[in-house]
Amino acid sequence: MTPLGLFLPGTSPLHRAPAGLKLLGLVAAGVVSVLLDEPWQVLVALGVVTVLYGVAGISLRVAVAQVRPLLWIALGTAVFHVLVNGPARAFVVVGVLAVLVLLAALVTLSTRTTDLVDAIVAVCRPLRRVGVDPDRVGLLLALGIRCVPVVVGLAQEVRDAQRARGLGASPRAFVVPLIVRSLRHADALGEALVARGAEDPVPDEG
Amino acid sequence: MPLIEVEGVGHVYGAGAAARTVLADVTVTLSEQRVGVIGANGSGKSTFARLLNGLVLPTSGRVRVDGLDTRSQGRGVRRLVGFCFTDPDAQIVMPTVAEDVAFGLRRRGVPKDEVAARVASVLAAYGLDGHADHPAHLLSGGQKQLLALASVMVTEPAVLVMDEPTTLLDLRNAARIAEVVAGLPEQVLLVTHHLDLLDDFDRVLVFDEGRLVCDDAPGAAVAHYRSLMAATP
Ligand SMILES: Nc1ncnc2c1ncn2[C@@H]1O[C@H](COP(=O)(O)OP(=O)(O)OP(=O)(O)O)[C@@H](O)[C@H]1O
Ligand SMILES: [Mg+2]
Repeated sequence: MTPLGLFLPGTSPLHRAPAGLKLLGLVAAGVVSVLLDEPWQVLVALGVVTVLYGVAGISLRVAVAQVRPLLWIALGTAVFHVLVNGPARAFVVVGVLAVLVLLAALVTLSTRTTDLVDAIVAVCRPLRRVGVDPDRVGLLLALGIRCVPVVVGLAQEVRDAQRARGLGASPRAFVVPLIVRSLRHADALGEALVARGAEDPVPDEG
Repeated sequence: MPLIEVEGVGHVYGAGAAARTVLADVTVTLSEQRVGVIGANGSGKSTFARLLNGLVLPTSGRVRVDGLDTRSQGRGVRRLVGFCFTDPDAQIVMPTVAEDVAFGLRRRGVPKDEVAARVASVLAAYGLDGHADHPAHLLSGGQKQLLALASVMVTEPAVLVMDEPTTLLDLRNAARIAEVVAGLPEQVLLVTHHLDLLDDFDRVLVFDEGRLVCDDAPGAAVAHYRSLMAATP
């Protein structure tokens, strides 16, 4: 199982490219995607994405796994557009969506979280003047990424406990303990962060 | 070994009607290499452990580590005192193994290449070198606790305080952690319910309802704890 958007170590040119450059490329792709209008253009874009995955040495299976969670949204969108705007438009809309998701996934798959966060922190530096602490932003991002699998694990525990006690799929009996556990986790995490020196001001080069 | 001085320490959680005294009049000076802490659930062990790195501040009295007061020099104390918690999931803060080990070093402003070298050597020492770029959440429970320990020890604290680090682990992983801890040259204070881990410790403290009731060699302290548990219903 390759969970969504997790770094896959490698030595490809894409892996070695600076994180900032890759993020910039992603932003550029977002801008260009607005201009895509014809099915053939989308096909070209999909082709480019496929080549990029090849360059990064990431298998098609992993690539497909990145868009799988979008399947239902994509299907709904496609049906809507086929009915309202015709199949060509549907292909363009869903194709562009897939291209962007695949590219975003490619950036996270080929970049260490730390490097990604550092790049974002660098972009946020000028915001220091308006009272934003870039390192806090960076830490928050990294913690967010780290917390996704933890909360998924907590949800699994709550569901198991519910099943063990023979409770059905009651949303309240699921959400309340999940929130309680998440808060408890946040508390412990906060403690660990202080214990590990997160309150220290980060020196500029590190 | 740095000197840990706990002087007339009391701790109260909450205030007013909800106030709860969980530690009362604890005075102890620790300089041994291996110190164990045992006692019933709720007897104040975790609170005591957290006092030593300033995560919890004493309501009365004071705590000093190597001369630094936890109240006024908390950051300095925390650089000296590493802390390992029970649940490794809550202390792993970065998404991948190597990044988590690097976290504390980066916060301390250690230069990048030195970070990489120190991370690599610590990962090798803790048997995690094959997992450097793996997501932390895919590790086993035992590996997670090893990672948590590696992430603390990489910053080279003088004292390691551990609050039940083996409670969530199976026997094999608990033994592995115990083995790693036994090999550490640093001063270690271990809170645990696994009494056999304390066999060759220098000193063991027994807490009961917020009081330090016994301070002795492991054999005598464990015997005291057992009689305490047998007496109270
Ligand atoms: N943050 C808090 N706020 C209020 N009360 C607390 C808090 N933390 C602990 N307590 C209470 O203080 C008492 C001592 O807790 P502590 O965690 O120090 O005990 P312990 O000896 O570590 O127990 P255990 O063996 O269960 O871990 C307990 O009664 C607990 O309910
Ligand atoms: Mg405890």
